[in-house]
Amino acid sequence: MPEKKILSANGNQMVAEAYRQAAPDVVCAYPITPQTTIVENFAKYVAQGRVHTEFVTVESEHSSMSACVGSCAAGARTFTATSSQGLAYMVEELPIASGLRLPIIMANANRAIAAPININCDHSDVMLAANCGWLMFFAENAQEAYDNTLVAIRSAEDHRVLLPAITALDGFITSHAMERCELMDDETVAAFVGEREALYPLLDTANPVAVGSYTNAEPHYEVKKSQRAAMEAARGVIKEYGDKWAQVCGRPFDMVDCYGCEDAELIAVVMGSCAGNLRHVARELRAQGKKVGVARIRVYRPFPAEELAAALGSAKAVAVLDRSETYGGQMGPLALETASALFQAGVSLPLKGYLYGLGGPDVTLDDMRRVFRELELLAAGDASVDTKVAHLGSEKEGE
Amino acid sequence: MSQLTEIRWHARAGQGAVTAAKLVAETALSQGRYMQAMPEYGPERAGAPLKAFTRVCDEPIEVHNNVTNPAIVVVLDDTLLPIVDVTEGILPGGHIILNTKLSPAQVREQLKVADDITVATVDASGIALDTIKRDIPNAAIVAAVVKVTGVVPLEEFKAHFESSFAKKELVPANMEAIDRAYEEVQQ
Repeated sequence: MPEKKILSANGNQMVAEAYRQAAPDVVCAYPITPQTTIVENFAKYVAQGRVHTEFVTVESEHSSMSACVGSCAAGARTFTATSSQGLAYMVEELPIASGLRLPIIMANANRAIAAPININCDHSDVMLAANCGWLMFFAENAQEAYDNTLVAIRSAEDHRVLLPAITALDGFITSHAMERCELMDDETVAAFVGEREALYPLLDTANPVAVGSYTNAEPHYEVKKSQRAAMEAARGVIKEYGDKWAQVCGRPFDMVDCYGCEDAELIAVVMGSCAGNLRHVARELRAQGKKVGVARIRVYRPFPAEELAAALGSAKAVAVLDRSETYGGQMGPLALETASALFQAGVSLPLKGYLYGLGGPDVTLDDMRRVFRELELLAAGDASVDTKVAHLGSEKEGE
Repeated sequence: MSQLTEIRWHARAGQGAVTAAKLVAETALSQGRYMQAMPEYGPERAGAPLKAFTRVCDEPIEVHNNVTNPAIVVVLDDTLLPIVDVTEGILPGGHIILNTKLSPAQVREQLKVADDITVATVDASGIALDTIKRDIPNAAIVAAVVKVTGVVPLEEFKAHFESSFAKKELVPANMEAIDRAYEEVQQ
């Protein structure tokens, strides 16, 4: 029988626990705030002999991802973690990992990208990886940082997928805040994640392969097609392992996590730690008889467009909250995905994009109330609200 | 979430406010409740003013933001009083507990708090210097918070402190600090 331990932990501790329980062959990382305590905790477990992992210290994130690519190609279960400029420094190699179909697991403690230099949470860093061919999971809280990591490992390494995965958790808000969490026993987790069965590992010297070679146009195009096909396959695989893990731990795993969407006329779409703030206000408004809902994207790549369009089925107006910019694009990245999901479903709705929390300002409940207040006006066709992108937390400007 | 209790801690970096915030939260967890504890993040410099937050609730806590309307405000350093508005956003009927040699009446006069706010004071630094021989007032101030607000029971807090405190040889001195602050806090 699976055994649960209730403990106080922050998101980084929970990721380190998931890493320990999944027993990677290699972890290679370079420290950066607010990720550092993930690998710090993990290094402690290695030093204590609680996990038998080759822990590779390197001089930069570029080297870290390089070592991960080599190690994963050799056949090792390989994890790393990063944040912000560290992820930016890895971007050159992220498409190499996915193009080589290497299921590397990387936690990202979401942090703003300079300039100006800032250590606090937003999604500007992780969105640099959004089109690099990696699976992407977003945790709402420390518990999900753990659950997502385990589902990501299983999904990434599955031969129907074979893609690297980023498991994102909001810097400080999730990575460093202490919450009540549940840890599953080591045996249950080990059984769930299994062992990595590498395809064409470099260390299989009886069957030598070339990795990372030059390709002309046609084979290159074939590889690119296979990556899209793998992302499509990942939809079902993530759902499969998400459901399986949900049965083990008793917590649901939905690519789109919905509150009140069944009959909601005003729905806000969001990712990460802000979702609970929206739901808190949505509950207040429901108590006043207003039909509001919150749809939270838990898996961003592959983007669950059909699930989201279905969740927005009863909506008369939709708000999307983005914690990163597209500067000159029409809206933030999540809003663009939401708009295209609705368009593809043949639905036309008033949709307003909001930017919030860039560089870490506190996300207040008043901001959340403003979103639903403006949505109500938008749905009613009130001319005082338009569908231009607006900045939350700065009522005076950005309107 | 009617049972939600929110605490805001004011201190200078190095006084153990984050540890205090976690002590209350973990004591609540040991009772089977839900909790959050976190500092307001930023580059930390010893001596700089900081805030930390604790949430305690019988149900899961969904919100992830700073505490802006605390029922309980704790001040670990009275030199913050002229430079930080420690009463900002405090709920009606709330509590302010301070580590200070001042009396509750003196603090009430200085902060001009509303009549329905409880003001309690304890010389937690003095107690800490007497007992653990260092000006780390967090165990003592938490004991005062426990006495004045009942956010967690004293015995649960002491049991949690005893089992979780890493330096076992310092537990007895801390227990003395806790007991003294519990007795000496004035309101």
